[in-house]
Amino acid sequence: MKKLLARRELSLLVAIILIVGIAITLQPRFASEQNIRSILLWVPLLAVAAMGQTAVIITRGIDVSVGSILGLAGMTTAILLRDYPQLGVGGAAVIGIGLGAVLGAINGGLIAFAKVPPIVATLGTLGIYRGLTFIVSGGRQVDDYQLPKDLMNWSLEGPALLAKVPFLNTIPWVVWIAIIVMLLSHLGMTYTRYGRDVYALGGNPDAAALRGIPVNFVTFMAYVLCGIGGGFAGVLYASRYGTVNPSGIGNGFELQVIAAVVIGGVSVFGGTGGAPGVALSCLLLGVVNVALSVLAIADTWQMAIYGLVLLVAIIADERFARSARKRAGEAV
Amino acid sequence: MITRIRSRFGPEIVAVVLLLMAFGFSAFREPRFLDAEYLFDRSTLYMEAGILALSMTFVIIAGHIDLSVTSILALVGAICTTLVSKHGLPPAAMIIIAPVVGGALGALNGLLVSKGKLPSLVVTLATMALFRGVAQILLGDHSLPMPKELVGIHKIQLPGTYFHIPMVLLIILAVVAAAVLHRTVWGRWVTALGTNAEAARHAGIPTGKILIQLFTLSGVAAGIGSLLMLSRLGVARFDHARGLELDVITAVVLGGASIFGGRGTIFGTITALGLVGVVQTGMGVAGVKAEVQVAVIGLLLIVSVLFSNITARKRGR
Repeated sequence: MKKLLARRELSLLVAIILIVGIAITLQPRFASEQNIRSILLWVPLLAVAAMGQTAVIITRGIDVSVGSILGLAGMTTAILLRDYPQLGVGGAAVIGIGLGAVLGAINGGLIAFAKVPPIVATLGTLGIYRGLTFIVSGGRQVDDYQLPKDLMNWSLEGPALLAKVPFLNTIPWVVWIAIIVMLLSHLGMTYTRYGRDVYALGGNPDAAALRGIPVNFVTFMAYVLCGIGGGFAGVLYASRYGTVNPSGIGNGFELQVIAAVVIGGVSVFGGTGGAPGVALSCLLLGVVNVALSVLAIADTWQMAIYGLVLLVAIIADERFARSARKRAGEAV
Repeated sequence: MITRIRSRFGPEIVAVVLLLMAFGFSAFREPRFLDAEYLFDRSTLYMEAGILALSMTFVIIAGHIDLSVTSILALVGAICTTLVSKHGLPPAAMIIIAPVVGGALGALNGLLVSKGKLPSLVVTLATMALFRGVAQILLGDHSLPMPKELVGIHKIQLPGTYFHIPMVLLIILAVVAAAVLHRTVWGRWVTALGTNAEAARHAGIPTGKILIQLFTLSGVAAGIGSLLMLSRLGVARFDHARGLELDVITAVVLGGASIFGGRGTIFGTITALGLVGVVQTGMGVAGVKAEVQVAVIGLLLIVSVLFSNITARKRGR
């Protein structure tokens, strides 16, 4: 099992190095500070949202509403900061993340307790949350000059502590935040009872129930985590872009998040994968994005490439799962 | 007798009652709803969704889902208009090529689900991005015009009536679909597959073949839908019908098809499509923004599944 996981992470690493290598050879401009910065600022959004989705997909579920959660939470945070600057960036961020948790809890409640299939529940809330984003904002965007400087600084400055350390001082707060979220997610999924329950549920739902794992609660919490990730990413979005537009924010983001998670080695057949692979695949997608634009491949290619890579990852997962079953001596 | 009808067609009856209520309310608020010409004119917007909903009914009854239909619709449009305007294909050939290309794309889904043993949800989620992505590569952010001869068939009406060509087509296809679903062996097989795939396989039903046929059918429907949309809008764009899968799936589920498979009727799907249309048109007349309309349709989808879950539990499954 461990070997299998290592293989996915290794192949992701090789893919990243290959793409970076090819991009630099063809276009040395790839390694410019601006491009590195663009990768560094984009990947954290994806990674933070992907950590929650990881738990959902391990339990064999899916949350296609995560882009809309990001949108509603990010929009609400931006509006709060515009109208009530006394809340402070921290306070507004907590509200945004909390809102994400509530939206995730609605998904989780529908799926775990009301037994609505995940795709139907989250396809419905995808529309509902997007509509709410429009209602709370009245269809108007929040511009960067209306937001406090502190929030933008998350994407510009690093921690003051590191101001004197070369290289590290150039890494902005959002990156450190994403690293902390990924570490917590990895530790949580590996060393806590809840994390092990998630894997047990995804590996074999029937056995998990028989072993006394609170299946409904574990499922519910996975969607809450996904909502928290989406909400947090929404706050980071506001910091990264400054301008928050109700129809632009998070639109179609669910595809990137799901692609990142599945490419990162979380099998749609449940029970495998984790934070390290997903983190690497987020980095891979970030590198691919910038490579495409640097190599002057129109960004119209992006969606097709995501779809194709996603398809390849799913097929690869099925091959792995089948050979694992074979080794375990089960009927294929 | 009445209880038997109620227990067999409960969801369909709910859909009919909801449709009548929504219609009554809209007509009360907006007298134009009583004008046949206005209604038929509005209905042209829902013919593509209707055709996609017919094939989606089969797919969902079989216990699967096809999220990629709207992307197939966009890609077929992109391919056909490119062939005509850049490679000199005669416009009339589109009528054949569109369903064929759609069917081929659908067959790819079907092969992956059937031979690859992959869940239809993730396969079609991936091809949803892939197909629309290829359409985007072909068209970029531009629109390609539909040949003039084929534009505007929704404006051609049967002589002496308000029935436009796309609606006649939808009615014919719906009747055929209902006959196939409820009166043929293949229709029973699809239902059996959705009731219990394992049991269906042991009973000797060619489940693998049926899956490929189902997704191919879904692609063909998307190809036909593409022709209607191109004819109505006059141009092909990569983002055509984006998000329409929500309306389609809502119509099917609201119409009484079980999202867990094994149950559903064409009559219910068409009724629920009418409901979706009336609700959206009513909101549009009342000045509700498009994004908020999407939220209401999403709510409708969730409530309909919740409702059927509750009634299923009451009956003790």
